[in-house]
Amino acid sequence: MLVVLSTLRRMLGALFIGLALAGAALAQQPLKIGFGMSLTGPLAGNGKAALIAMEIWRDDVNAKGGILGRRVEFVYYDDQTSPATVPSIYTKLLDVDKVDLVVSGYGTNVIAPAMPIMMQRNLTFMTLFGLNVNSKFNYDRYFQIMPAGPRPAIGWSQGFFDAAMGMNPKPKTIALVGADAEYPAMALEGAREHAKKTGLKIVYDKTYPPNTVDYSPIVRAIQATNPEVVFVASYPPDSAGMVRAANEVGLKTRMFGGGLVGPQFAALKTQLGPLLNGIVNYEFYVPDLGGRFPFLEQFLSKYQARAAKEGVDPLGFYLPPYAYAMMQVLEQAITATKGLDQAKLAEYIHKNTFDTYVGKVAFAKNGEWAAPRVMMTQYHGITGNDVEQFKKPGRLTVLSPKEYKTGDLKAPYHENKK
Amino acid sequence: MEVSWALLANAVIAGLLLGGFYAAMSVGISISFGMLDVVNIAHPAFIILGSYIAYIVNDRFGFDPIVVSVVVSPLFFLLGMVLYRIYYISFERRGQESLRGLAFFFGILFITEVALVLVFGVDYRMVSTRYGDVTWRAGEVDFPMRLVVPFLVSMVMVIGVQLFLTHTFFGRAVLAVAQDPLALRLMGVNPVRVKELAFALSIATAGVAGAFLIVIQPVQPAIGREFIGLVFAVCVLGGMGSIWGTLLGAFVLGLAESFTSTFFGPSWAPAVSFGLLLATLAFRPSGLLGR
Repeated sequence: MLVVLSTLRRMLGALFIGLALAGAALAQQPLKIGFGMSLTGPLAGNGKAALIAMEIWRDDVNAKGGILGRRVEFVYYDDQTSPATVPSIYTKLLDVDKVDLVVSGYGTNVIAPAMPIMMQRNLTFMTLFGLNVNSKFNYDRYFQIMPAGPRPAIGWSQGFFDAAMGMNPKPKTIALVGADAEYPAMALEGAREHAKKTGLKIVYDKTYPPNTVDYSPIVRAIQATNPEVVFVASYPPDSAGMVRAANEVGLKTRMFGGGLVGPQFAALKTQLGPLLNGIVNYEFYVPDLGGRFPFLEQFLSKYQARAAKEGVDPLGFYLPPYAYAMMQVLEQAITATKGLDQAKLAEYIHKNTFDTYVGKVAFAKNGEWAAPRVMMTQYHGITGNDVEQFKKPGRLTVLSPKEYKTGDLKAPYHENKK
Repeated sequence: MEVSWALLANAVIAGLLLGGFYAAMSVGISISFGMLDVVNIAHPAFIILGSYIAYIVNDRFGFDPIVVSVVVSPLFFLLGMVLYRIYYISFERRGQESLRGLAFFFGILFITEVALVLVFGVDYRMVSTRYGDVTWRAGEVDFPMRLVVPFLVSMVMVIGVQLFLTHTFFGRAVLAVAQDPLALRLMGVNPVRVKELAFALSIATAGVAGAFLIVIQPVQPAIGREFIGLVFAVCVLGGMGSIWGTLLGAFVLGLAESFTSTFFGPSWAPAVSFGLLLATLAFRPSGLLGR
């Protein structure tokens, strides 16, 4: 009997020691976060900028000892800005690389194809700048860091339409135009709803192939309908094409812009320069509001130092702060729930407000921001093509939201291009 | 929409200007694919390479990108010679030019793209020119210099290539090698050398077309892939091996795109353009001016 008890005690002791060692080993294993990112292709400029921001976050976290004592490592692949690559990338990340967590790549086009995999595996999915992706999936573990609000297609252009309807007299007609792609389709859907609500008559509503070379026939066709407002939803190359065409054709309208992706970052700001004057477009950060986001300034100085070396957007006002904030939300959720349980992470993220570099972030039931914070701004006073002018206040007037407003809309567009 | 004569005239002008640009992009394919039977899928990659060379010199020294492209065209010519020599030794001489040669050029396309990404990064690049933001107006008809200048230089280049092919000994040798390489050899002319120099000419035109591209729109390393279908479509529509056909095909596609964008909706433009291509090939399989 005594021999049996002694043996049992020894076995239990060995078991406890084994478990402790296993726990210690697990704690030393890196925390692997996997994702696809656009490192080549049309949106690679933004993708690389986002990656730098995420790497800064990773380095900051590891400098403080990691998350739950585990060093953070990234496993990522180039999705080439191609939706077709996304399912296989995430399957590999989960089944072969055995990552602990996944986050999305950049943009609506590459987030949507990842959703079925996330839903199938019940994964909490932090996503980076997808517009209205969850409206069809209704997945309760989806979270979006872009501040478009609980109804993103509407929230995206709310500020634009508020500014438009604030004009005196109120406009009566609007032209809608965008690229044949996921984001512009969502943005135009929201714009149509705004037009209906505000009583604006849609006099032009067409899309164009993203590889269009010359946009002047499109702008001329728009001009032929004499719209008082022109809303554009476009990606960087077509944003440049539409802006140039508007100048070449001499587009006459009271307000022009809305959802052009591209002018938010340095490449197009500097390349288009004064052609941007008068355009009303969305931004997520303007130097005029620097004092409102003190931690953001710290992040931007780290980011800008790295971006200069890597030949990526030297300003970093658009995607990078939000890419960092996305990882901050995930970090805080993991720390608070003390683990990687997907259900607990999702529940925590739904129920709590997070302190991030872009301010306080809270999520609605559908995973979008609880309240929209898309800034609608008007470019003015841009001279030449120097990038330094965009680092200082004075080139952008914030029209909305009210808490960030710095001035009023100057209309009509064609008389305010200086 | 109110259809005015000004809208119509602008659609015609825009279509012709766009067609001129398409012609510049495609004339090299007309030589390499149309005359030499070399399926150079990598042709757009050399266009993008030309864009980036024009960009560097414009950015650092302020020289006009189109002038730069003409000055460096001999380098593209030499590059074309080297590339053809590799292609000939590796594939054509062994009779393996069809599938393996195609794979070779696909490889060149991706290697060029990745090299550009590594050297220049992935951001969009544009050039600044004195005429880039200038539009000349004749009443209500617009002539944006961003498209007019490339159009004019493109016409000089395309017509120059045509005159070279029809009025010089070497040019006629290129036309001959397209028809019957054996007969050319029996006449004491080395067809391989002729093809090498003709291919080099096609790459040189790609370098110049690259400057046009970056004057017209922003460029990033992967953008070349978007033009593969277009350049081959122009070549086939115009008629294989016909430079005038390439020019006509380019104008047809440019006008189709412009008219569709203006009057029916830009998303229909590719369908109309390629529908025209299919219709032409159905009734005239050799293309508009092909034999």
